Amino acid sequence: MTRSPVLRVVAKLLLPYILLFALYVQFHGDLGAGGGFQAGVIFAAAMILYSLVFGFAAAQRVVPPRVAEVLMALGLLLYGGTGVAGLLAGGNYLDYAVFSPRHPQHGQHWGIFAVELGVGLAVAAVMLTIFFSFAGRRRAE
Amino acid sequence: MTWQPALGDEWIVLPLLTLLACTAIIIVRMRSLFAAVMLTGVYSLLGASWMVLLDAPDVAFTEASVGAGLSTVLMLGALALTGREAKAPKQRPLVPLLLVALTGGALVYGTLDMPYYGDPGAPAQRYPSPSYLERMPGEFDVPNAVTAVLASYRGYDTLGETTVIFTAGVGVLLLLRGRPRREGDRA
Repeated sequence: MTRSPVLRVVAKLLLPYILLFALYVQFHGDLGAGGGFQAGVIFAAAMILYSLVFGFAAAQRVVPPRVAEVLMALGLLLYGGTGVAGLLAGGNYLDYAVFSPRHPQHGQHWGIFAVELGVGLAVAAVMLTIFFSFAGRRRAE
Repeated sequence: MTWQPALGDEWIVLPLLTLLACTAIIIVRMRSLFAAVMLTGVYSLLGASWMVLLDAPDVAFTEASVGAGLSTVLMLGALALTGREAKAPKQRPLVPLLLVALTGGALVYGTLDMPYYGDPGAPAQRYPSPSYLERMPGEFDVPNAVTAVLASYRGYDTLGETTVIFTAGVGVLLLLRGRPRREGDRA
């Protein structure tokens, strides 16, 4: 945690834009550069910045470590579950075209959306978990 | 058949690669771990700039956010738990130097057989990328081919990568999350 007013004000100004950019990269990834992985990392970076400037406890109030741990598994499950949903719909594993038999293109789009969301969740949660694990420890004597 | 690459970027590629090499050498020679960690961030940023020049914005994006951003912070976090200075080596590391020089030489020798950057006859250009690019407009309404390949055509790969990241998170949790032991606890 820092007491420097400059850092605190600048961080406060920047944080909403970093989070917004993470969402943009997440949901615009099928049109431009980016995708779930990059979005997750940017989201985690925003939280790490918050933690560095406003303190570890404040960041843990925003994203409790338990929540990050659950989201980590949930993201991966969302990815795998999309594949299973394709199986149940009568296609191959991770075949999204079957989600919309009349418009396979839409099915592909939905599948990619779900899968990228899973990647984004998993990556953001893992990065935060790793950061929390490191930052939560005391220095070894 | 010889295909000559159409150059034009050398004036920026060469300084970038020179800076990369300089940064790497400085990192190796440095004893202050704090400065070395910051320089690895610089190294990643230079690498990301170079990837943009290679027309790989998706990879550059990842390199910039992970290499220059996150891993620097994580390394600093690890540094806060350990020490700031590297110990001076006890003997001159001649054998490792020889080994690294040999490996590096073999790698450079290997690149002599590689096709030029952007060579249309290169194996990577002939198969399977063209088939992806031919099939994509009919099968997707997603304009970014990179996303279509990553998330759909090669969805298994990305699933595997996500699993690797998940496993890394679980591993760190298992290793580091032990609650600090209280006085009265028995081991």
